[in-house]
Amino acid sequence: MSEQGDALLKVRGLEKHFPITKGVLRRQVGAVRAVDGIDFEVYRGETLGLVGESGCGKSTTGKLLTRLIEPTGGSIELDGRDIAHLRQGQLRPLRRDMQMIFQDPFSSLNPRHTVGTIVGAPFRIQNVKTEHGVKRAVQDLLKLVGLNPEHYNRYPHEFSGGQRQRIGIARTLALRPKLIVADEPVSALDVSIQAQVVNLLEDLQNEFGLTYVFIAHDLSVVRHISDRVAVMYLGKVVEIADRETLYANPRHPYTVALLSAVPVPDPARRDRAQRNRVLLTGDVPSPINPPSGCRFRTRCWKAQEICATEEPPLVPRLDDPASHQTACHFPVVEGEEVAGRTPATTSA
Amino acid sequence: MPDGHPFLEVKDLKVHFPTDDGVVRSVDGLSFKLERGRTLGIVGESGSGKSVTSLGIMGLYNKRNADVSGEIWLDGDELVNAGSETVRKLRGDKMAMIFQDPLSSMHPYYTIGRQIIEAYRVHHKVSKQVARKHAVDMLGRVGIPQPDRRVDDYPHQFSGGMRQRAMIAMALVNDPQLLIADEPTTALDVTVQAQILDLMHDLQSEFNSALIVITHDLGVVAELADDVLVMYGGRCVEFGGATTIFERPEHPYTWGLLGSMPRMDRPNLDRLIPIPGLPPSLINLPSGCAFHPRCRFEPRTGGLGSTVRPELVRAGGSNHLVRCHLPTEERQRIWAEEVKPELEA
Ligand SMILES: Nc1ncnc2c1ncn2[C@@H]1O[C@H](COP(=O)(O)OP(=O)(O)OP(=O)(O)O)[C@@H](O)[C@H]1O
Ligand SMILES: Nc1ncnc2c1ncn2[C@@H]1O[C@H](COP(=O)(O)OP(=O)(O)OP(=O)(O)O)[C@@H](O)[C@H]1O
Ligand code: SF4
Ligand code: SF4
Ligand SMILES: [Mg+2]
Ligand SMILES: [Mg+2]
Repeated sequence: MSEQGDALLKVRGLEKHFPITKGVLRRQVGAVRAVDGIDFEVYRGETLGLVGESGCGKSTTGKLLTRLIEPTGGSIELDGRDIAHLRQGQLRPLRRDMQMIFQDPFSSLNPRHTVGTIVGAPFRIQNVKTEHGVKRAVQDLLKLVGLNPEHYNRYPHEFSGGQRQRIGIARTLALRPKLIVADEPVSALDVSIQAQVVNLLEDLQNEFGLTYVFIAHDLSVVRHISDRVAVMYLGKVVEIADRETLYANPRHPYTVALLSAVPVPDPARRDRAQRNRVLLTGDVPSPINPPSGCRFRTRCWKAQEICATEEPPLVPRLDDPASHQTACHFPVVEGEEVAGRTPATTSA
Repeated sequence: MPDGHPFLEVKDLKVHFPTDDGVVRSVDGLSFKLERGRTLGIVGESGSGKSVTSLGIMGLYNKRNADVSGEIWLDGDELVNAGSETVRKLRGDKMAMIFQDPLSSMHPYYTIGRQIIEAYRVHHKVSKQVARKHAVDMLGRVGIPQPDRRVDDYPHQFSGGMRQRAMIAMALVNDPQLLIADEPTTALDVTVQAQILDLMHDLQSEFNSALIVITHDLGVVAELADDVLVMYGGRCVEFGGATTIFERPEHPYTWGLLGSMPRMDRPNLDRLIPIPGLPPSLINLPSGCAFHPRCRFEPRTGGLGSTVRPELVRAGGSNHLVRCHLPTEERQRIWAEEVKPELEA
């Protein structure tokens, strides 16, 4: 892990509101507040895991960081330079530094292009001169991700899911980016292929000092690969901490519920696992009309009056160090009974 | 069962697809039994034939592009050789399926409610109003908030998790006795996943149905399944009770599967341990044991692994079957002394 303070990426008040329009004149009648004011850093050489409920804004955050979309508000500093509102022309040279890997290895590769064309595309688009020609460079990349360089002329359908994900990673690596945002890169893969891809990402990080933002639903994989983890809920970051701390000592009620729901691959613990689960009841709020105050309050068993009136800031709580921040007025204490259950703890 | 047959019995099921490159043997001689009130988990590598098996049971292959053979007995009816009309009647009524991809299995142009109502009325002669009430009821039971309003939404107005629940509502609307769920929770976050697993568990106890759950997520299997079937290259390589499979597995492929998974209930590993090599070609399956090119214990079978196809034979646990040449005592010893300590290191 890198030293704190050496931030490759610094995000402040980041917002993305998608307009909702109506009628032929496309009059704006509201907005989906997909990302609604978030602050965090990504340190050089680390992996920041990003988790949270479906629809909470993870992919949108990833696309903002890599500037595939433009934020509605806030700033994104990459290496000290605010890139939040750069125009396409100004962004082009930066594209070399930031890349995104997408979830679906099946649809993210053009089926009519050969592997050589796909992996070589970044060189051509960016007009990058390679020492021994593009073909050689592509073959080196294929070797790097564990594919046979002789497969240069094959088409995506001739590869397995894991191999296709490797092709996507090879393309991502072509220009030696500093930052890679991986959005659910292993969700569609079976556990053995998933292990191959995770190991590959770790090897590449060690070799090239890459920085990752790793988005996933699978909290076991996130725990394995991340140095720090940020938990999002309805467009906000509700908790951020280093990996061990977050898994062993979650403070935000939503994080507690999330961790308690991970199925454990041990049939002997099945009943206990089901008993320990914190089930979230109450209305699932909408990002169009988020609840006042704390957005989790409609489903939180600890909610009190202040939760509806005052939005809790993301700050260290109780005796937590500065690196462990929680946006909650009544953070969960270790060993506390939650929603009538004793929380399931994990060994980090 | 009055006649002593199991509720569902699959015997020597084969699903082969003739293609330009050769015959794809997606499922090649699969047999298992399942009683009502029980849950069977099917796990295995991507492409090992899990979905093809379930589509085969549901009678969703037509004879023109697939060769289906063997026997499938459901509550006394044989399905492989029955007419398509018979199977169609059973489908959606006695048996139902939750598909891997909820978006592609719901019609984008019809409201959620209309699709559930039609699924219900195919098998029940009731008025639209009655069917609608039933649909609203069902959506409420799968945890859709304000079901009386959301029933008129189109699929794209639902989030991924809601669509998946709507699919489950549709599959359950006729109280099927056999439910097949293919990766029911893969696209969902763990809190929604937990709700859906609980829901399937509750509905199963309520209707005493038989449940088949296909998934890559061994955590899901451990939570739901009574028995586990491990597939490799279109065949069953290990079968046993869930506890047996997780605590005393005997097939090297199952060991590899358990080893590649990161676990929250154990200390973090520095490095995951994938199974080396590539999945087998289903057109030219490796000779002998299909797993032999990737199996580090193959040398211990004295050459048998690469030449002779192992049969599915009794293993150490009760009702435990394994397809491997190694003697039972040797497999148990390897698991206890070599593999298990590695996984727990
Ligand atoms: N282009 C868009 N126009 C309007 N709304 C959008 C758009 N893209 C995303 N949204 C909405 O923004 C919210 C956040 O979406 P996002 O895809 O970032 O969620 P996510 O956390 O990645 O979810 P998942 O885990 O399901 O992938 C959702 O409510 C989504 O419907
Ligand atoms: N209609 C078809 N024609 C030819 N081959 C097919 C057909 N349908 C499936 N297959 C092949 O049969 C094999 C088994 O496919 P199946 O969908 O059952 O895999 P699976 O075990 O469900 O995998 P996953 O975990 O990725 O869903 C695959 O190699 C697939 O390519
Ligand atoms: S601020 Fe209040 S409502 Fe929000 S998570 Fe904390 S206790 Fe719950
Ligand atoms: S038969 Fe041989 S090759 Fe096959 S799984 Fe057993 S030990 Fe490995
Ligand atoms: Mg997403
Ligand atoms: Mg499948």
